[in-house]
Amino acid sequence: MSRRIVHCHCVYSKVVPADVKTAVLERLAGSDAEFEAVPDLCEMSAGKDPALARFAGDGEVEIVACFPRAVRWLFHSAGHDLAAEASIHNMRSSTADEVCGALGLPDGESAS
Amino acid sequence: MKPREAARPGPSAPFGELHVAVEPGGFDGVDAAGRGAVLAALLEAGHPVSRKAGAGEGALARLGSDIGVVDRAPEQVVEDVAARREAAAAPAPGAWTPWFPVIDYDRCTNCMQCLSFCLFDVYAVDGEGRITVQNQEKCKTSCPACSRVCPEVAILFPKYKKGPINGDEVKAEDIASESMKVDISSLLGGDIYSALKERSGSAKKRFSTERDESKALLERKRCLKELKDKLDIPSEVLMSLPSAGDIEERARRARAKQEERIARSRSAQDQKETDGASAKEWDI
Repeated sequence: MSRRIVHCHCVYSKVVPADVKTAVLERLAGSDAEFEAVPDLCEMSAGKDPALARFAGDGEVEIVACFPRAVRWLFHSAGHDLAAEASIHNMRSSTADEVCGALGLPDGESAS
Repeated sequence: MKPREAARPGPSAPFGELHVAVEPGGFDGVDAAGRGAVLAALLEAGHPVSRKAGAGEGALARLGSDIGVVDRAPEQVVEDVAARREAAAAPAPGAWTPWFPVIDYDRCTNCMQCLSFCLFDVYAVDGEGRITVQNQEKCKTSCPACSRVCPEVAILFPKYKKGPINGDEVKAEDIASESMKVDISSLLGGDIYSALKERSGSAKKRFSTERDESKALLERKRCLKELKDKLDIPSEVLMSLPSAGDIEERARRARAKQEERIARSRSAQDQKETDGASAKEWDI
């Protein structure tokens, strides 16, 4: 199954630095990668959004959000445990370059 | 004690009803910054965005064939999507701030302190007798009080500003930290009153002899402000803290409910085993 990227924009809070999440979005948009960007994973977890089952269970998922412990238990709380091999990239503690590097996205200048 | 705050509106419509698909070539002619700005504007307005094979199926709107992006401000794109949302009668996103506790079951010992302490009936016990977060929408926005009383640092608020409550790894010093370990009794009105009596000679005299209610209230407010600053707990939550008796009673009810559920589950299991044995006996 193909790699997929899920980006959480954490719109209801300022805890994820705006420059980091916007830069990651720009690099995603400029790449060829398939991705799904959601306004807020917390909101989806509280609403037990069925899309979380797809994110958790469909192939190799890379989640770009916040602290891995929080993300894993948010999925659990919605009834959809993330697979052990899921990768979680933390925009609260990493720079945009670190996150994009881990995702293998081209840098801003070479992106189309 | 009854919650002081009515339940807030719950989470908005699911992803599938609101998502915007980026078609192949949908961003052609727009530079990376422009693409990022459109995506950010859509997300901030509560619309999930998908760029993958088949994303156009069931999408609220498609960037490309439905809505053009070239030479348009992000706000215009959002307006077009909002109009489509309205036409589709999809609920407006963003009516609720998703602030609620998340339990780290690797750390939780099922002690039920959170359930006993929470004023807003956010917690419940599930069918297996395990503590669970049942009513996220009842949680008081920005109140992390239950995480402060959890002895195992097992309660997260992903949108909280500091670790480990925000989900950052729990370190040994966090468990030892006084700011993470708040004895419930220290937050109780009666004990605050007692603590105030100890604060100074004059206060002691005032409380023990004059019993001046207005001064006592002032002192209490001052003390609560100190707690608010130290623990980040909203003052209205501190002001409505239950009494020691209330907390004990809630804990007793939670334990009874848990025991009842476990007994019911055991009884159902016994019945199943009996039925199984009977079926075997009758060679069914």
